[in-house]
Amino acid sequence: MPGKLKVKIVAGRHLPVMDRASDLTDAFVEVKFGNTTFKTDVYPKSLNPQWNSEWFKFEVDDEELQDEPLQITVLDHDTYSANDAIGKVYIDIDPLLYSEAATVISGWFPIYDTIHGIRGEINVVVKVDLFNDLNRFRQSSCGVKFFCTTSIPKCYRAVIIHGFVEELVVNEDPEYQWIDRIRTPRASNEARQRLISLMSGELQRKIGLKVLEMRGNAVVGYLQCFDLEGESGLVVRAIGTACTLDKLSNTSAFLPACNSPSKEMKEIPFNEDPNPNTYSSGPSTPLKNQTYSFSPSKSYSRQSSSSDTDLSLTPKTAPSPQRPRIFLFPSSPTLSCDSPHLKKSCLLLLGSSIKPLHSSHVSPVVLRKSVSFTEELLLAASGMGSGSAGKEGGPFKTLLRQQTQSALEQRGGSPHRFCRRREFPFFTLTTFPPGFLVHVGGVVSARSVKLLDRIHNPDEPETRDAWWAEIRQEIKSHAKALGCHAVVGYSESTSICEEVCILSASGTAAVLNPRFLQDGTMEGCLEQRLSWQPGFFSIGSEKGEVDFFPQSQDSSSLLGIEEASPPGCGFCHIPYDELNMPFPAHLTYCYNCRKQKVPDVLFTTIDLPVEAIVVGKGCLIQARLCRLKKKAQAEANATSISNLLPFMEYEVHTQLMNKLKLRGMNALFGLRIQITVGENMLMGLASATGVYLAALPTPGGIQIAGKTPNDATYDQHISHMQKKINDTIAKNKELYEINPPELPEEIIGSPIPEPRQRSRLLRSQSESSDEVTELDLSHGKKDAFVLEIDDTDAMEDVHSLLTDVPPPSGFYSCNTEIMPGINNWTPEIQMFTAVRVSRLSTINPTNQTLNKNFNDLCENLLKSLYFKLRSMVPCCLCHVNFTVALPEDELVQIAVTAVAITYDKNQALQANKAPTEKSQQRASTDNEEQLQFPLELCSDPLSSQPFSPAKEVLEGASSHTGIPAAQRVLKSHSGSWFRAGTSPEIDRCNSWIELIKLKAQTIRRGSIKTTTSLEKASPLAEGYLRHRSVPSCTNSTVSVVKMTPLSFLPGAKITKYLGIINMFFIRETTSLREEGGVSGFLHAFIAEVFAMVRAHVAALGGNAVVSYIMKQCVFMENPNKNQAQCLINVSGDAVIFVRESELEMLPVQPSTAAPQPTSSAGDVTT
Amino acid sequence: MSSDLDVFVGNTTLIDEEVYRLWLDGHSVAEAVARRLRGGVLEREGTSVAVLQSDTRDHYRTFQMLERLLHAPPRLLQQLLFQIPPERQALLVQRYYAFDEALARELLGKKLSKGTKKELDEVSARTGVGIRSCRRQFDNFKRVFKAVEELRGPLAENIQQLFLLDYAAIVFFANSRFETGKRRLQFLSFADFAACAQSMMGHWSQGALGEPPDPRAPEAAEPDGDLPKSFLQDLKELKVLVADKDLLDQHKSLVCSALRGKISVYNELEANFKALSRALVNVGGKLTHARDVRDFFVDLVEKVIEPCRSDKWSPGDLRLFLTHYTAARHQALWERYMAAITACLLRMYHD
Repeated sequence: MPGKLKVKIVAGRHLPVMDRASDLTDAFVEVKFGNTTFKTDVYPKSLNPQWNSEWFKFEVDDEELQDEPLQITVLDHDTYSANDAIGKVYIDIDPLLYSEAATVISGWFPIYDTIHGIRGEINVVVKVDLFNDLNRFRQSSCGVKFFCTTSIPKCYRAVIIHGFVEELVVNEDPEYQWIDRIRTPRASNEARQRLISLMSGELQRKIGLKVLEMRGNAVVGYLQCFDLEGESGLVVRAIGTACTLDKLSNTSAFLPACNSPSKEMKEIPFNEDPNPNTYSSGPSTPLKNQTYSFSPSKSYSRQSSSSDTDLSLTPKTAPSPQRPRIFLFPSSPTLSCDSPHLKKSCLLLLGSSIKPLHSSHVSPVVLRKSVSFTEELLLAASGMGSGSAGKEGGPFKTLLRQQTQSALEQRGGSPHRFCRRREFPFFTLTTFPPGFLVHVGGVVSARSVKLLDRIHNPDEPETRDAWWAEIRQEIKSHAKALGCHAVVGYSESTSICEEVCILSASGTAAVLNPRFLQDGTMEGCLEQRLSWQPGFFSIGSEKGEVDFFPQSQDSSSLLGIEEASPPGCGFCHIPYDELNMPFPAHLTYCYNCRKQKVPDVLFTTIDLPVEAIVVGKGCLIQARLCRLKKKAQAEANATSISNLLPFMEYEVHTQLMNKLKLRGMNALFGLRIQITVGENMLMGLASATGVYLAALPTPGGIQIAGKTPNDATYDQHISHMQKKINDTIAKNKELYEINPPELPEEIIGSPIPEPRQRSRLLRSQSESSDEVTELDLSHGKKDAFVLEIDDTDAMEDVHSLLTDVPPPSGFYSCNTEIMPGINNWTPEIQMFTAVRVSRLSTINPTNQTLNKNFNDLCENLLKSLYFKLRSMVPCCLCHVNFTVALPEDELVQIAVTAVAITYDKNQALQANKAPTEKSQQRASTDNEEQLQFPLELCSDPLSSQPFSPAKEVLEGASSHTGIPAAQRVLKSHSGSWFRAGTSPEIDRCNSWIELIKLKAQTIRRGSIKTTTSLEKASPLAEGYLRHRSVPSCTNSTVSVVKMTPLSFLPGAKITKYLGIINMFFIRETTSLREEGGVSGFLHAFIAEVFAMVRAHVAALGGNAVVSYIMKQCVFMENPNKNQAQCLINVSGDAVIFVRESELEMLPVQPSTAAPQPTSSAGDVTT
Repeated sequence: MSSDLDVFVGNTTLIDEEVYRLWLDGHSVAEAVARRLRGGVLEREGTSVAVLQSDTRDHYRTFQMLERLLHAPPRLLQQLLFQIPPERQALLVQRYYAFDEALARELLGKKLSKGTKKELDEVSARTGVGIRSCRRQFDNFKRVFKAVEELRGPLAENIQQLFLLDYAAIVFFANSRFETGKRRLQFLSFADFAACAQSMMGHWSQGALGEPPDPRAPEAAEPDGDLPKSFLQDLKELKVLVADKDLLDQHKSLVCSALRGKISVYNELEANFKALSRALVNVGGKLTHARDVRDFFVDLVEKVIEPCRSDKWSPGDLRLFLTHYTAARHQALWERYMAAITACLLRMYHD
């Protein structure tokens, strides 16, 4: 009996009139948990009853506590007939089960009825007494924290990131049970809501058990979805990343990490070149100065990790004593194809003009009961112009396989060991602690078409498990092919139409720093850290820099940067072997460090790493596609779908690539490709955020080539189009401020972007790989991507490229968390959901007309969003998330959830200016590195981090300086440093720190005014005054709850995570017209869902939901019967945030300018 | 390609003031879109008609859902469905209950009955206020009227509490049913009447005495919209001022001696004093009878304002006269009565 749940029903208000005669209601409440039910007294004749009940106590298992929702039903008492239900409230009590989250749930909840919507409110208080049973963690998984946020939550630090956890549970869908024929729609809906709630609880508990088994204490990036498989059942599945998190007890001491990314962004311009080798190659260039980023914490970890001469390329994995697993290494496809299904694999090479191989059809004989195709797509960064038309998939595959093998051999087999321990080295995270991500290979995705059949035994959902295992296996092998041992930004989705289901999974192949993973090296790392820190810490404490310690401790454990890769560009460096590339890519030396190879284009599913160096701003890029499909049944249907899939993938990627080029950008982040299946068509929608990565080469333009060169008018037309395209590119470059600095080659003295020279270099470097370089050479000459217009279709495609209108001025949009290039968000946010259902009806639909219609639909929707939010200009739509569904023939449903955030234009300008000035200053003092350093100290932190914690500027001045000092050591002793022992470095650091502290003193004296004003403005000061800043609005009786799909709130600090919000609602109506038609119905329902989410958060004591996502919105209508039904599933993390008051922010702006003169006058050339 | 379903829902409910105005004015979505187009929003924002339509529909749906809550403004503050910042909520309520003075002028003193509602077509035609807007405003009047009908305590405060706004004048008029529609009253605007209502309530109602209403007094049970019966009864006593010739003469000599040389229309005053005085006193005396109450403003205009106007009194003259006319007698009842009358007359004395 490990838990006691206590519930008190306080009062109700605004109840509906249930008795027409008196215009009043005799309300009472039933409180149900598990199989126990309590009732309140009837409060007669009132619409605002005051029950003030006793505490209803439920003594239950913690297992039950985790699975069951608390169910509160409000009824109208009727003496003569059955009591009428007014509505229900389901309360998930999970947040009360772990100590760090909420302690009580108390507040007004909307009373919800699936037929009538919200009908009044009820005030409830819920508490849980968990008995202190040490054993309980073994029985259930109480205490495991869940986060929807796909990054390490802001007030925690990751001790270990264990890895992938997944689980699914299946059940019969109550809607399809025989009893549904005789029960009311309300009863059926409630049965479904309750069942999904129960299944969610069970799923969460099971996942929690897995986490405990891995010795973790939290799941981050938890994504739970349900599949309505109709007749064949209901599947609730979830994936997440198991972690061991540590709560940062003193959050104010660790402000940088607790702050919003905007701040983190601002921190970046701490210019240090972390790559010791770079300096030997020549004087630093303006580019480097401008864009190198190194945050203080990062450099610290460098310090601690520096003694580890092993690069993370060879993760030292100690053989695990637990859970030995046999790993099927999928280097040969036959291994994973032991099931009786036919498998087709292909590599789609971006930019290459190979035809998809899948024209080969599948013989239906093989597909018996369960057809299972696996269409794989391996996406990777590859050279646009480097594709070879002559190449067929076969050779590539061989190449790929060879490469995989060799890569693994080269890497000393460590991935093997790694994978043996972790079945799937997947991470649902999209943002990582700095240093976690070493290299990014590219996007890997896999899809599989399945035929659904009834789930016979719900307790053993083996089929569904097997399906997903298969897909994950594919993903894993793709990642391997890219020379990566892990997949990050991983997600899974399904699309179901009738009995056909497309399972999709995608992620980004990556090489991770093993120090974070549960790994043999982890302990070593920890020990190292411990042995390191005392020395370092003593330095700090000598000088009274105690505050410095938590930060260093934190960061050093968080980090472990591979020495070879500078953080600003390291992740761009190819993880695969350039001599045995998995596909023909167009490689150049990194434009940033000039040391490593980078591809010319990079696609990823993750968020832009904070440390990434970006030129200009980013933008939302979408590829949209429709494909007609014959109506068919079962196997035939599955066959035709799987035949279409590769073509769709190919086209989607071509579109993405073209649109990326058209914007003059070279990388995509947050890529999400959704393929939706309908009865007579397939739809593809890919969304991503395009950026210009400074490390990657400038993309070439797009060139149009006509097929019939002799026709003069045709030529004219072509040249007209070409001009239009060139104009668009130029316009876009201006719009997104993409003006990468020109690199004078002689100064750099390193490999050059110019294709000819590069290829020569390549050849000279790698004699053995003539073939590859030859290939590279032949296509590298074309710096433009050629679009061949050979028929009207191609013409249409080109036209459609140009139809994407840029957002109106003052607007930017992206589908990642933060907009690259904007870092001065104001606290004003507006989260919204927009849903559109359109009929794509044309008399004789063709792919082209459908494409156009679909394209227009999306564009119009975006336009409409811009118009609606025009009052927020200048603003950015962040985390724009489109979902497409095909509810019926010719009907397309698009749902968009995003958040609009206003930013401050003026400050953006200033922030832009700062780095330039800095780089100039830097250039002037280039040959005297140590002298330029203090300059940075004052100009950088002050000018470019207007909101940075005062502590860092004042007390922490030396912590700032200490770090670069350490780096300086690295630089000046670049060659010998690695081999050197630990202690000499410490000594050197020590002296350097002393010197820098002196400088810092001077600066501090020089700019006392500035720093005081900064302190006022800083979140730190605000943190001390936290009690004062009660975030709720005092004028209103209802507390304001902010909602955002992002993991942070601009201008605010999240102080506490209260637990996960995961809610599922059904709404049905039999009076559709009376409720304002479909739009009126859905509008009200979405508003109700928002209201219920807000009420739950407020009851937990929170004032915001972060990482909010609407996972499902299934809408069905039957206008003839005047009926409609909708299911919505939402989730997010309830949090408490503290706002940085606007008043405190005011003095910042004037002060930002001030420090610069001071610093330059006082300290520049001493 | 048509959009069957098209919704946009913000966590913070978007309120477009322009569209709200159009909705309140009773325009259909199509009309509203046309008007917005004429407003040049297309050129300003570079958007399309379809976008404008979709936006307008969204707002209209929101307003329709909000309307239910607007009928009971305090509920708007408590409800959880729409997250609206307080200042926006206030704006919604204010605009919703705001009325066209032309319409209010038409409806002043009329019984808020179904019959009147049927006449709204004509009223709409006369005032140029859209018929839907007329109906909404009429319903607002009625709603407020109904809500405070049964309540005790100061009318204005009750309305403020229930509807978060000042609606007292209309309710006061609807309650007392003063005649306002006569031709000779046409020169008076709604604002004039509202000011008069305010002074009448301010000086004559129970709460105005500054003392807590005696719970045993019969009027304590009455709603504040009605003028206290005892007060009106007492006003009858004032008739003696004009009925008794000596008192009237005495009053006249006091006022005339005070005003001699100070007023430009002294001769006219002297000639008309008795008629004016009779009119001023009798207006009060008639207030006990419901039928006579209706004529309150008609009498004031016919018997005071028009004679003065024809004699070319300046507003200053009237003020001076009324001040001394009132000051000539020292009686609490008289002063209380004349305070409101003076305020009304001065407000009404214009072209």
